[in-house]
Order: sequence, then structure tokens, then C-alpha cells
Amino acid sequence: MSKRSFQIYRYDPDKDTRPQMQTMQVELDGSERMLLDALIKLKAQDPSLSFRRSCREGVCGSDAMNINGKNGLACLTNMRTLPDTVVLKPLPGLPVIRDLIVDMTQFFKQYHSIKPYLINDEPPPEKERLQSPEEREELNGLYECILCASCSTACPSFWWNPDKYVGPAGLLQAYRFIVDSRDQATSERLDNLEDPYRLFRCRSILNCTDVCPKGLNPAKAISKIKELMVRRGV
Amino acid sequence: MAKLPTRKFDVVIVGAGGSGMQASLRLSQAGLNVAVLTKVFPTRSHTVAAQGGIGASLGNMSEDNWHYHFYDTVKGGDWLGDQDAIEFMCREAPKVVYELEHFGMPFDRNADGTIYQRPFGGHTANYGEKPVQRACAAADRTGHAMLHTLYQRNVAARTQFFVEWMALDLIRDAEGDVVGVTALEMETGELYIFHAKTTMLATGGAGRIYAASTNAYINTGDGLGMAARAGIPLQDMEFWQFHPTGVHNAGVLLTEGCRGEGAILRNADGERFMERYAPTLKDLAPRDFVSRCMDQEIKEGRGCGPNKDYINLDMTHLGADTIHKRLPSVFEIGHNFANVDITKEPIPVVPTLHYQMGGVPANMHGQVVVPKNGDPNTPVNGLYAVGECSAVSVHGANRLGTNSLLDLLVFGRAAGYHIIEFAKQNAHHKPLPADAGERTRARVAELDASTGGEYAQAVANDLRRSMQHHAGVFRTQKMMDEGVHEIAALRERAKGITLADKSKIFNTARVEALEVENLVEVAQATMVSAAARKECRGAHTVEDYERGADDPEFPLGRNDRDWLKHTLWDSATNSLSYKPVRMQPLTVESIPPKVRTF
Repeated sequence: MSKRSFQIYRYDPDKDTRPQMQTMQVELDGSERMLLDALIKLKAQDPSLSFRRSCREGVCGSDAMNINGKNGLACLTNMRTLPDTVVLKPLPGLPVIRDLIVDMTQFFKQYHSIKPYLINDEPPPEKERLQSPEEREELNGLYECILCASCSTACPSFWWNPDKYVGPAGLLQAYRFIVDSRDQATSERLDNLEDPYRLFRCRSILNCTDVCPKGLNPAKAISKIKELMVRRGV
Repeated sequence: MAKLPTRKFDVVIVGAGGSGMQASLRLSQAGLNVAVLTKVFPTRSHTVAAQGGIGASLGNMSEDNWHYHFYDTVKGGDWLGDQDAIEFMCREAPKVVYELEHFGMPFDRNADGTIYQRPFGGHTANYGEKPVQRACAAADRTGHAMLHTLYQRNVAARTQFFVEWMALDLIRDAEGDVVGVTALEMETGELYIFHAKTTMLATGGAGRIYAASTNAYINTGDGLGMAARAGIPLQDMEFWQFHPTGVHNAGVLLTEGCRGEGAILRNADGERFMERYAPTLKDLAPRDFVSRCMDQEIKEGRGCGPNKDYINLDMTHLGADTIHKRLPSVFEIGHNFANVDITKEPIPVVPTLHYQMGGVPANMHGQVVVPKNGDPNTPVNGLYAVGECSAVSVHGANRLGTNSLLDLLVFGRAAGYHIIEFAKQNAHHKPLPADAGERTRARVAELDASTGGEYAQAVANDLRRSMQHHAGVFRTQKMMDEGVHEIAALRERAKGITLADKSKIFNTARVEALEVENLVEVAQATMVSAAARKECRGAHTVEDYERGADDPEFPLGRNDRDWLKHTLWDSATNSLSYKPVRMQPLTVESIPPKVRTF
């Protein structure tokens, strides 16, 4: 057994006038591999501690939070990689609903704005549309996104203009459809992003790629979209 | 007291996983006013965690057809599946997979551009002759790719989602028809009535009734609890699938696709022991069978590790290239949850609770059916159930790998179209009963007034431990009988749950307390149904009734004379009844029961 210390952002608008950092301690017996396991133990001590969680294996994207200053998933953050005192805050830049739970409306609004679905107006064949393994390969590193918002909420451009800048998560998906050999709306998709804010607020800070818990590279996808934009301009 | 605030829709769907979103898509596209209530943002539903593939006899890799798939599913389910529904599912399979591809699903591809298919447990060509590649896959993220694709189509169709709303109770009128649900808006703590012509349960499985489970925390059987409280029996709840390859001490799933790609199970001697038990299919025998063989090896002292309590899954011979291409998530899981580099060393696994074969009884249109006036399958007006929360029953006593995603696609779609027809014939909503919502209000008020009792998870954890102990891979009559008493006692204890946190705002402790009421219904249904079934069939293996494969009367302990029937558990009376298995397919000959060897 060893005691671990946490400093956790607490705010319940039902009773608190302002947020505060609360120090909490919990006895861990070594069976708590991940930060999420420790959080669940903390919640057993204080059931009012509030956070989202579901799959506990890094595929659902529920438990993204700011962990010692860096965004990530609690369920994929090994306790051994954390310092003695663990500092937990909600994802930055989004309104806080309660404790570590943020309002993700703006994030999903941006995701929806890129038309995140395949557009192909031809009548589909009787069987599958054919796609070569090489064409399919282009989707790797893009379709795996779990919409956890770690990237967009680590991006200063998104902090400044969450209503105007699509953000890295949305742009990664925009590129996922642009590059899909079955999609016919590339030009419409580029039009949709041709704007001083929606795409071009990206300043290549690369926080997105640095924090992505799935190892994806939104910055690279964004630069590819910019390249396509330039190429069609000449 | 004033009625809860009410919102009115043509259709209310509870749950935004694969089946719920397959249905909502049809309804939105048909112009119906549909509300989808979901505890989590749709892409966080547990369908997202499915890894291996979708079963469909496309025949892209070698000769295959739906007749083989039909046979495998009937045999895999140990003859407890309804053969009409199974025929329907296997015939529809290619259609729904092609449709999903047209929606934009990023399937892996063969050199000729067709969908890549991998081998999976229990899937064979020519009626059991040899393994066949039938699982349509997107790497080992098939569920993720599928769930996101379905969400994306729903965005295009402008489906209305109520995200982070928890449905609490069904509303039935005096005639027993379902006219809507009550729900809790988690962000505000407010209760609402959703008044609907049709209500659909698509809440997924309840795998969280077990301590060691591959299931997400949200899988608390909410739809089953709602049905049970509303007087609808739960079917075949004794049948729970233990997946052979859960990561030892972590519960995280490793897809059967590992073995599909060639992984081998080895005991402490390094022996490929499945060759002894299943000479034809070896490591790719159905899951109930492989899980029992693994437990047998462990029981006989050939488990691996210092405590001889796990089996090794060996992928080292596949080569790093194949692993990174076909099983990239499995590689990550090995690293994150077992500190193992699967390209270099085997990974410790144990059979782990994975899937609920039983559920709310439904027919192949998705209509919930109950016994009434001598007909065991009379539809309940206004209520549908699809996906893992339902028992159609296509999985019988044991589900074949890849048939779960197929189930979601086929029956979510079929139910959607069936509801559209129903809506055409029913222009008006039936009125809400005068006391609509009162039961829900009383439940929540009781929690809000509670003091001095236990934290919900303390009760839930004991329930999970009890289920694990009394209704595991190998069961005994004595253990199950004890389990019946323990769960009955836990049901009483659950009444003393206290809410320490009374905040209205996003109160996850309140959600957990409400979930425990659903867990209790599912656990009791399971324990009571299991203790009563005095035979071995599929995932229900009881040592007291085990027999050899050559037993003339009851081969392998299966007793078709007395137990070829579906169980129905009623919550109010905590009692059981039974109904016949539908042995007659739609257009082909019935497959009669025979000895189940692989």
C-alpha cells in the first residue's frame, strides 16, 4: 500500500461560488495500473468527485483531462509515469460543467461543420465499392480518431477562436474524407475550409500531435489540406 | 402533483450504439420525428470496442455462402437459437455489410479492391469441414470504424440525439402498450417524460454484473432493468459468454482475430493444447468451447506463470509486419495493459466475461414479444428491442464471434423499417396514463432523501464478486443455489443505497445508484435462470451434468429432451417459465440437434 496525493479541480455550480483546487489522498495497493483506476478509488471515498469514463481501454474517448499540465486519457495514463503529486484539471478552453467534466458542444459543432460523412452521389454498386489497399492505406492515421478532444483543447488557436477555427480534431476528419478515394466532394470540402479562420488559424504549434493519446498526427493532416488548397490555387 | 415535463416524438430510441443508430438512421431518413437518448456521446457507446469483424458470407477470400453461415450459427449456439431468425440474419448479412461500405466504412482491402475477410472462431466452409474467412474487418478496430460510420450517417440525416440523458422507466398504459419512457437529463438533474408512438430499447449488454469483464463501465443493463420493472420477462439470461482471451488481471479484450490471423494458445508446457480438444478447428473452435478447454488446462495444473493461473497467447510467429498491419490495437493493448511486446513474447490471457446471449425477448422485426393467451410470442404494442439487450434469439446458448456486429446491423435496420410501417398505420399517439412518470419520480425522490446507507458501488462490487464466483465458466448446482440466495440478499441490500452527493448538476453518483437497480434485475435473472437449467448447453456448463461426447442419452451433457427451450424470468414474481425454440427456418430444412464437436 502506498498513499498518493492528488490536486483536483473541483467545481459544483449547485453549491460552489467558484472553482478551487482540492488536495485528495488515496491508498493504492498496486492493482491500480492506470490513473482511471485511482480516480475510481478516489470516487469511492468521495462520491461527489465527477468525471466521465466508459471503456477504460482508450477507444471511447470519454476520460480526456488535463494531467499534470498535459491533455491525455486517464485510462491510458500509467500511474508509474506520474509524479508523486498528480494534478488534474478539466480540458482547457471549454466551459466546465462540473469538476473534470467539460461542455463539449463547441468541439462537436466544429466536427459536424466539416460534413463528417462520405459524399458520393453515384448510385452504389450491388456489392462493395472497390478500393485498392494503397488507397485504403491513405486513411490510416486518420479514421482512428476517438473524438476525445485532447488535441483541440491543447491548441492555442482553438482557445482563441473555438467558434471560428475548426481545430485539429475536425480538420483531421476533414482530411480523412478528402483523401478517401470513394469521396467525391473534395472541392466542396476545400471551399468549406477556405477562410481566414477555419483552416488557416493553424499556426503549426503542434500541441495537437504532441498530446494525441492515439498517436495520430493532426498537424500533418492540416498541412496536407493547406497544400491541396495552395495547389488548386495555382 | 404536476406531471413531469413532457416531450413528444414519433419514436424514442434508448441507446446510440450500433443497433440504435442503424434504426435511427432509417427513421430520420423516412422523415419521422425520432429522439435518441444516450448516457454517453454516441461514438462512446460500447460498440466502439468491438475489434475483430462482421460476419458475412461475401466469399471474397474463398467459396462461402449463407447456408454455411446459417449452419455454423445454429451449431455454435448449441441449438438454442431460433432458426427462422438465424436464417434471416445470415441471408441479410452481405446486404448490410455492402451498405455499410457504401456509407463510408473503412474496411481493409484485398489486392482486387474487395473487402478483406479474416478467419474467426466457429466459422467454417461446407458445414464444418474447414475454417473459412468470413469476418469483414477494419484492422482490429472494426467496431470503432462501424460506430463512427453510423454516427456520421446520422449526422448527415440530422438525427436528434439527447446526449447524456439516462432513460429510467418504460411507461405502459392500462392495455399494456408502451407509450414512452422517463429520462434523466444528467447535466441538470431534471426528469422528463418522452411520449412516443414507438419506444425502442437498444441499450447493449449488462456485462458489468461480473467482476472481471471486457465490458465498459456503462454496460449496466439499463434496458433490461427497465423491461423487467415493467413486467416484461427476460429471456435466456443464464447464457453469458466468456471470451477466451481477456488480458490476465486487466479484463481488456484481445480479439479472436488474433487467432484468426494465426495466434496460438499454449499451456505451461508450451503445448498447443487446442489440437487435443478440437482437431479440426483447433484454436478457432467457438468461444464457449475454447474457454472451457483453457480452464480445464489451468485446473489440471498446466496454467502458466508463478501461480499457474493463465494461458499464453502466442503471436510471435506472425511477424511484426502482420501484427502492425492487422492487429495494431492488440499491439498497443499488450504494451499498455500487460507490459508485453506481442511481436516478441506471448501475452497472458484468461477467459473473461464478454457477452450476454439472453435479453429482452424480440422477434426478427425487433418487436418485443411476451406470452399472452397461449401464444408465447405476442408482440407488445409500441415496444422494440435490438442489439445485445435483446434475445431474438440468433445467438442461442453461445454467440459466434463477428455475429454481434452483424446482429446490430441486421436487426437495427429491420426494426427501423418495421417501425416506419407501423408509423404509417398509426397517425396518433396513445394518451399517457394519469400516473405516467410517478414511479420514476418516487425512485429518484427516495434516493434524494436517503441517509446513512451504503455507496452504490459498494453494493455493486459485492454483486459482481458474487456473480463471478457463482455463475462463472464452470458452474456447479451447489454454487448456483448459493448464488440465488446471495443475489436475493443483495437485492434487499440495494434498497439501502444512499446518495451522499445530492447535487443536481451532472451527478454521476446518482447515475451509478440508478444503474445498480438495473444490475440487480439482470443478476437475479441470471442466477435464478442458471440454477434452474439442469443440463450443459453452450456457455452454461454445470459440472453436475457433464457427460462424454459418446453418451447415448445426453452427449456432452446437453439434454434436448427436457431443456431444448427458452427460459423466461419474471421480475415481480422472481419465477421462471419456458417457451419452445423455433426450430423451423424460413425457407430451408431445419438443422436437427447433433453432438457438438469441432
